[in-house]
Amino acid sequence: MGIYEISLATVVGINIILALGLNMISGFCGQISLGHAAFYGVGAYTSALLAKAGAPLPLAIAAGMISAGIVGLIVGLASLRVRHDFLAITTMGVGFLFLGIVRQQEFLGGELGISAIPSSGFGKIGYLVIVLILAGFVTAFSLWIKRSWMGFAFDAVADDEDTARVVTVDVNAYKLAAFAMGTSMAGIAGGLYTFFARFLMPDDFGFITSITVLSMVVVGGIGSVFGVIAATIILTLMPEFFRFISDYKLLVYGALLFAVMRFAPEGLAGLARSSLAHMRFKTRTKDEVA
Amino acid sequence: MGVILDVRNVTVRFGGVVALDNVSFSVNSGEFLCLIGPNGAGKTTMLRAVTGVIKPQSAQVLLAGKDISKLPTHKRARLGLALTHQIVRPFRSMTTIDNVALTAGHRRIARILTAMVAMDRSAERNRARKYLELVGIDEVAQKSVVGQPLGVTKRLEVARALALEPKVLLLDEPLAGLNSVEAARLSDTIADINREGLTVVMIEHNLGEVLRIGQRLVVLDNGRKIADGPPAEVMRNPTVRAAYVGKERQNAAA
Repeated sequence: MGIYEISLATVVGINIILALGLNMISGFCGQISLGHAAFYGVGAYTSALLAKAGAPLPLAIAAGMISAGIVGLIVGLASLRVRHDFLAITTMGVGFLFLGIVRQQEFLGGELGISAIPSSGFGKIGYLVIVLILAGFVTAFSLWIKRSWMGFAFDAVADDEDTARVVTVDVNAYKLAAFAMGTSMAGIAGGLYTFFARFLMPDDFGFITSITVLSMVVVGGIGSVFGVIAATIILTLMPEFFRFISDYKLLVYGALLFAVMRFAPEGLAGLARSSLAHMRFKTRTKDEVA
Repeated sequence: MGVILDVRNVTVRFGGVVALDNVSFSVNSGEFLCLIGPNGAGKTTMLRAVTGVIKPQSAQVLLAGKDISKLPTHKRARLGLALTHQIVRPFRSMTTIDNVALTAGHRRIARILTAMVAMDRSAERNRARKYLELVGIDEVAQKSVVGQPLGVTKRLEVARALALEPKVLLLDEPLAGLNSVEAARLSDTIADINREGLTVVMIEHNLGEVLRIGQRLVVLDNGRKIADGPPAEVMRNPTVRAAYVGKERQNAAA
């Protein structure tokens, strides 16, 4: 693997953590968020400030995770009263609010961002391994939650929150839990990005990033852990292999989002399921004929 | 036989419309109470106010002597109020049996931290299957609820509510949409469950079934309670007859 491939793989790993975080909120718990990049940014900036102050990497990333989770909890609390399209607009507003604040703060580097962030000290390969281990951990955690009774309750909240209340589900507590866990994951991704890029710009955490992450979740199939991972890999690598896409990223991702929602609302995971069922059906009918 | 559910002075206004005007009623432990009245009388609104799904302008609700008027819906449900919907609302991403298993496991989801570490659903699925058998839809247990006929989803509503093991079962037109055989069977099942000790409050338009299985009737009309008592007596009440058959026909008959 050359340096280019190593850094691509590192970005894929970071994006998987980021996308699985949004999948926790939007996929599992059914709460749409158009401001996920803001929590990614909170994690990244927290880690960057601590790293520059001399904090070791684990501490800096843990602090990024916790600060993003706390901000996520606050946004979650503020969002409990809004649903659906109103929640989408509220979270989008949070994204712009984050950018607006960061751009004006001297100590966050303003428009110029934060540069000269110390290296992780593990080398490129070593850092890739750390990122992939954390991505594996976040994947395992997502699968665990999906199978647990918490995931069962999330399904109920995502399906119909009023009915969930009638059958004893504490909807607010579950929504807050989803927000806290999902935004903490975004914080981990942000911290990892800080030590990878070693240079932060406010625009790294803008609306385009939020839409990109949302595309990964929707294209993968809302709620499906492996679908989201597959879509994250494809959507992260695509602009690299087809240079022209990165010039029209928002256009391409917007078109993808529209196409998936219109023609395959269950995303890659849904397509895989239905083609699998189709194949089984075909072999079965073949057997019956034979 | 004490009072298990005491509902006092419920007033609900939607904008300028008074849906319920200072209505009170109480339900004795083990009783089978039917809430009847013409369309728009406020019956569904009453059950929604009792469970806290809507916020009444004023109301006092006591469940087993405890004032639950200030509690949110999920806490009232935990204390023993189960509600079924007139217009069915199954959890659409789940199979039929999981719709019931979720509520059978309501203790597991009461705290998010314990819900996070609990994985096994088999005990709850076993109990869920019993409830599906009870209402007679166990043959579609593993099927998705999407695309199931109304006869199945209506009974699923009842099974899901029963799995909460409530103190009081509140049923909003459980028989509507069922054919006469299914309706008779489900009302027999509900009557059986009631005989085993569960208190039932049922809204129902099917007067035949109401008179067959109800022990007491509360009649609402235009947001007011117009009668409360044993079925035969209530049905003789001229105000009730007027509300039900309409004043014109009453006059025409006279």
